[in-house]
Amino acid sequence: MLRLLLTLLLLLPLATQASEGEYFITAKPAEQVSLLEGWAAQPDAARLPLLDNLHQGRIAEGDTRKLRLNNRLRGLLENTLASHQLLSDVAKVRLAAAQQLQKSAQPAQVAFLDRRYAIEADAAVRAALGLVLANLQLAAPEPSVRLAAVRLLGETGDPMARTRLEALLEPGVETDTNVRTAAETSLAQVKRKLLFGELLGQAFSGLSLGSILLLAALGLAITFGLLGVINMAHGEMLMLGAYATYVVQVLIARYAPGAIEFYPLIALPVAFAVSAGVGMLLERTVIRHLYGRPLETLLATWGISLILIQAIRLLFGAQNVEVANPAWLSGGLQVLPNLVLPYSRLVIIGFALFVVLLTWLLLNRTRLGLNVRAVTQNRNMAACCGVPTGRVDMLAFGLGSGIAGLGGVALSQIGNVGPDLGQSYIIDSFLVVVLGGVGQLAGSLWAAFGLGIANKLLEPQIGAVLGKILILALIILFIQKRPQGLFALKGRVID
Amino acid sequence: MNRRSLIKAFTLSASIAAMGLSWSIQAAETIKVGILHSLSGTMAISETSLKDMALMTIEQINAKGGVNGKLLEPVVVDPASNWPLFAEKGRQLLTQDKVAVVFGCWTSVSRKSVLPVFEELNGLLFYPVQYEGEEMSPNVFYTGAAPNQQAIPAVEYLMSEEGGGAKRYFLLGTDYVYPRTTNKILRAFLHSKGVADKDIEEVYTPFGHADYQTIVANIKKFAAGGKTAVISTVNGDSNVPFYKELANQGLKATDVPVVAFSVGEEELRGIDTKPLVGHLAAWNYFESVQNPVNTQFVNDWKAYAKAKNLPGADKAVTNDPMEATYVGIHMWAQAVEKAGTTDVDKVREALAGQSFKAPSGYTLTMDKTNHHLHKPVMIGEIQDDGQFNVVWETEQPLRAQPWSPFIPGNDKRPDYAVKGN
Repeated sequence: MLRLLLTLLLLLPLATQASEGEYFITAKPAEQVSLLEGWAAQPDAARLPLLDNLHQGRIAEGDTRKLRLNNRLRGLLENTLASHQLLSDVAKVRLAAAQQLQKSAQPAQVAFLDRRYAIEADAAVRAALGLVLANLQLAAPEPSVRLAAVRLLGETGDPMARTRLEALLEPGVETDTNVRTAAETSLAQVKRKLLFGELLGQAFSGLSLGSILLLAALGLAITFGLLGVINMAHGEMLMLGAYATYVVQVLIARYAPGAIEFYPLIALPVAFAVSAGVGMLLERTVIRHLYGRPLETLLATWGISLILIQAIRLLFGAQNVEVANPAWLSGGLQVLPNLVLPYSRLVIIGFALFVVLLTWLLLNRTRLGLNVRAVTQNRNMAACCGVPTGRVDMLAFGLGSGIAGLGGVALSQIGNVGPDLGQSYIIDSFLVVVLGGVGQLAGSLWAAFGLGIANKLLEPQIGAVLGKILILALIILFIQKRPQGLFALKGRVID
Repeated sequence: MNRRSLIKAFTLSASIAAMGLSWSIQAAETIKVGILHSLSGTMAISETSLKDMALMTIEQINAKGGVNGKLLEPVVVDPASNWPLFAEKGRQLLTQDKVAVVFGCWTSVSRKSVLPVFEELNGLLFYPVQYEGEEMSPNVFYTGAAPNQQAIPAVEYLMSEEGGGAKRYFLLGTDYVYPRTTNKILRAFLHSKGVADKDIEEVYTPFGHADYQTIVANIKKFAAGGKTAVISTVNGDSNVPFYKELANQGLKATDVPVVAFSVGEEELRGIDTKPLVGHLAAWNYFESVQNPVNTQFVNDWKAYAKAKNLPGADKAVTNDPMEATYVGIHMWAQAVEKAGTTDVDKVREALAGQSFKAPSGYTLTMDKTNHHLHKPVMIGEIQDDGQFNVVWETEQPLRAQPWSPFIPGNDKRPDYAVKGN
């Protein structure tokens, strides 16, 4: 019976809805504005499908006419949609709607919001609605209502609450002394919460930048740190990894569109293989003839890097290629009202630590790692003991390059993928390895995170340009004082 | 065109058509045309397509018989995003190759680098990119926008109710001459509109900056103080991490719109634009503009990209500087026809008042005195397919004001081109 009634109720407004849509698409922008404002003040559940469609830029499913919206209309539409979603049966939808309304609710909506607040059963939604109302009640005529609103706002960490309270405290705006004192206390509270969020945000940015530096530098920590090759083509290994990601993305989109969400995972082994392959090829053909001649190695690898860049440019063009974030790497986690942690950055921090662990295990717990360490510590002795030094060199160089390829996959998710990608990371990579102490994985780890956090602490104070210069100057001073870096190998191992 | 040159042109094109060999062009008398765009280095991302566009336009002009009965012969050099090399290559084009005209440069610093060379040797340069103004050389024709043809209308739009009624402005740019000068002009303009200094924030990043976490967090903080718009003069591929960070930190165009002056269709090719819908760009042309001239232009370009097998040809797009290149070459060709010679002084005279039906849908005119085009201004919103939807445009082309009235002292500048300023 109830279902029948509901169906009838739903059918009834369908006709009006279609005409409302027709009317909307032909209306002038000014009329569209007043339409949306009117709808927001008096929501009607039957209009929800129409608003959903409008939000997607059309008036009905299957209708090919494109709705031209500008930002003002889009903002009003979001507000109106949220207002309608408050009528939803699902608490989660209502909560999201209330959060949207905290930003956008207009005084005309107070009556409706009051009604919803009175009958709202879900505690979280009720609290959110309370805040929506509090924002609007700051302008209420009764001091008692304003007082309650001001107190409520003090409990949030919303950056908008701060602005609203500050506006209230402007001379001459609020006349009631009780409300004024309460507003001052609330403002102090909000500021404290905001500061906390800001500090956390800075720390997170630092960690995130550190993890990126780490991924960029880790491969170099092996090729330069352990093997001692001044590898100027290291950046291009990152670039190859990023391009491998792009190719994997394109291939999957073409042949297995169902798996597109997970293409970065598939790209990981591919990027490792490509970069490691190119690295080993270079080692066998060029670099092995230049061991012990650092200047020539520097020039040769620099030449190789130019060749690789131009090859990629010929193959893929000078333009950057599009590497899209899959849905699970887009967006972010709202931790505090003024702190969002982007998923891509969270994943990259985790991934960087995972790669460090993997590298450490490889070097310290496998036969290959043992051989690599033996060869780097004393090549002749290792050769005498039957270690195939040539093969070990090749594999170690391949490993370093492959790890750079993995870094490239991560970098493709946050930055540009273009032929010059490697150039922007090569300096930072060398800084990390040199600062951390050549030949030390742990050193690179500390140096990367240290540089990241120092950079992010300085940037808000003195700006990105000066910050970068200052960091560079500090590193130079540090290296002057301590040429061996943060961590140095002790004993006779360095020849 | 007199009869003799007509016959000459006819036999020439016929012989080329018959032989189908490009080297035969060299044998005949040609007009050499220099193309000075970086094909490697950081600016290759933007400038390579301008080189290709110039070659396409020259090919089209040649297919119609060339200019004054002579075919155009492009001379392409690569200054490699290296500013002093621009001057060197420019000198080489003018003195060794003896080109009649040069189409080239993108960044203002490269233009400033070649300027003395062109003034010294009395060469002719067509510069196709929007820039900060503060320059008017008799040896340069500027086919991109001056600040009053791009930046100022964009800010006026942001202030309007339709554009969101912004009260606070976050000026974000790459640290070099174009963003700094533009922001200086914008600050003076905002002051004239009653915006106080506390509502303007100016931030610069180095070239190639990739970590926008702090800046986006600061934009959010700044935006909490009232309706904010970001005016971005970020150049080159730094835009990709910037927009990605905006999207990931949940800053939507409805909350804080970003209007960019250096982001076009070509730059958006490297970005997933779904989270960016609603952010804005101000230009004088968009690929999405609907008119027959543009349809032809876009189709020609796509066909050319495919025929020449340019990288990424299946997704070839046109953009504002490409249109400006196209318009510039055609206007020069028209002026040479009018003057009957490629002599720089005569061509310069013939260029004044020259007009051309441009892909933007307007007939653009070269100003009689100031060496700049009269251009329409369009503001486009980014769509999910990487194209722009025009939400606002001027009713007619605007005359350029290379000497911005918002910079003190400019009212005393002459309104015609003079060497050395």
